[in-house]
Amino acid sequence: MDFLNALVVLANFVLIPAVSYGSQLALGALGVTLVYGILRFSNFAHGDTMAFGAMVTILFTWAFQAFGLSIAPLPTALLALPFGIAVTAGMMLLTDRWVYQFYRRHKAKPIILVMVSLGVMFILNGVVRVIIGPGEQRFNDGARFIISAGDFKKMTGLSEGLAFRSSQGLTIVVTLISVAVLFWFLNRTRTGKSMRAYSDNEDLALLSGINPEKVVRVTWIIAAILATTAGVLYGLDKAFKPFTYFQLLLPVFAAAIVGGLGNPLGAIAGGYIIAFSEVTLTYAWKKVATYMLPDSLAPDGLAQLLSTDYKYAVSFTILVIVLIFKPYGLFRGKAV
Amino acid sequence: MIRVENLHKHFGGFRACDGASIEIAEGSITGLIGPNGAGKSTLFNVIAGVLPPTAGTVYMGGEDITGLPPHELFHKGLLRTFQIAHEFASMTVRENLMMVPGGQSGETLWNTWFRRGQIATEEAALRRKADEVLQFLTIDHLADEKAGNLSGGQKKLLELGRTMMVDAKVVFLDEVGAGVNRTLLRTIGDAILRLNKERGYTFCLIEHDMDFIARLCDPVICMAEGKVLAVGKAQEIMQDDRVIEAYLGTGLKSRTKAEAPAG
Repeated sequence: MDFLNALVVLANFVLIPAVSYGSQLALGALGVTLVYGILRFSNFAHGDTMAFGAMVTILFTWAFQAFGLSIAPLPTALLALPFGIAVTAGMMLLTDRWVYQFYRRHKAKPIILVMVSLGVMFILNGVVRVIIGPGEQRFNDGARFIISAGDFKKMTGLSEGLAFRSSQGLTIVVTLISVAVLFWFLNRTRTGKSMRAYSDNEDLALLSGINPEKVVRVTWIIAAILATTAGVLYGLDKAFKPFTYFQLLLPVFAAAIVGGLGNPLGAIAGGYIIAFSEVTLTYAWKKVATYMLPDSLAPDGLAQLLSTDYKYAVSFTILVIVLIFKPYGLFRGKAV
Repeated sequence: MIRVENLHKHFGGFRACDGASIEIAEGSITGLIGPNGAGKSTLFNVIAGVLPPTAGTVYMGGEDITGLPPHELFHKGLLRTFQIAHEFASMTVRENLMMVPGGQSGETLWNTWFRRGQIATEEAALRRKADEVLQFLTIDHLADEKAGNLSGGQKKLLELGRTMMVDAKVVFLDEVGAGVNRTLLRTIGDAILRLNKERGYTFCLIEHDMDFIARLCDPVICMAEGKVLAVGKAQEIMQDDRVIEAYLGTGLKSRTKAEAPAG
């Protein structure tokens, strides 16, 4: 019984939160990695693109709620997501035309493009705050739990409860679908193959008659889809606050780099590695230890390795370690 | 077919092409030779739209194509290969070939989802064509191999195969024989001759192997220091004093001349 209780506690506080957080990071990192692979620069504006996408989706959600439109028990935000994606994709394409295209034409060095993306990041930062404000927004409606802690206790008779929030379930399902579609797209369709070809060897792709502008456009659209989805899922799971999305940039980049920049499979693995490290290192293990260990060994303190305030330090540390020992990432990516 | 007029390409103070004018006749296999640093590859890069010229004009069949981007030149039938073979390393040989004709209907996001039938028909046709090309080049056993795993010579064949996936008009081959063994070089030479005869491709190739040049090319253009030095049949060019001088330097030449009467 104690063992089962320990397992339930572990699942409740570590497994499920880490898997859903990891999925959100993976979606974010996929966007970063695709842009890096094809446009060849680290897009620092990606975190704020997630914020922008989530913001537009929230605005649409509020509009739908005002009209009484609902797809309960699913959150209305899911209905608003396609609209959020469309607006974000439009914004990205305009940004590309007004900003990035100029530098591409002049064959600017990657570091210049990184600085440009930093500028775009600041502008998006401001735009989001002007439109929706810097405060926290909750837009999660529909059923809150797939399984609530109380129901679980009643069902199993265990003394520990397992809560599985619908936002977590939704995150996992949506991530699975997006990743499957993305990989099918990259490996099986002509458009995806031209993107891979362009990423493999730009010169040759050009000399094979592949239109680079088209590849770039498609890349931005896919980045917008991934960023908006990741942003909305994160917002549903926790809450929407522009500054949090800016902070997310670090774990997202850590995930992409740990997996190997430019390698989509690596981005997913990286997302889960970062999420699991963050959650396990900042979790107080006292309860699990009390169940698992004999009474005499039970810890008096919280058995927490790091305060949750330091969770971003975890991704940073992993990033540094990976860059020292495996600079191309766990799955070989492109040279940075 | 291709006419280059007074082409200049300067990199800072260095004049890689310094007023080169060449003409490539339709249906010919034109050889481009010259010592290292003569500006041959730069000339190729400017014609193929990779580098913008500092000055000068490139015409293709009377049309001014100066400075057009590579993918547009591709659609006009102007293709090139690289000195160091390029390939899409993460794709199979067949996929590499199937990438080639740009502008397929599967290239837009819309068609990817909503025109699946049309794309499937196109891909099936491409696949057949790719297999034909592989057979022609005698590397059909490598169809499902990742292109990154090919040997240097096989990559060169793949480069040539890429030009066969579309109806090219004029193909620029940059040192197609570099680092390729004799047997494979013969295969490549045969393929070039057959493409020239059977499909009417015009070729222009940079090569250092004089036997290869002599077997395939007429006329041969010799460049040195960014300018065209001499144009003519392979045999004439190889005996031209200016060409020998450019290759061997004046010191050597004066010695050979001095020794000639004695010998």
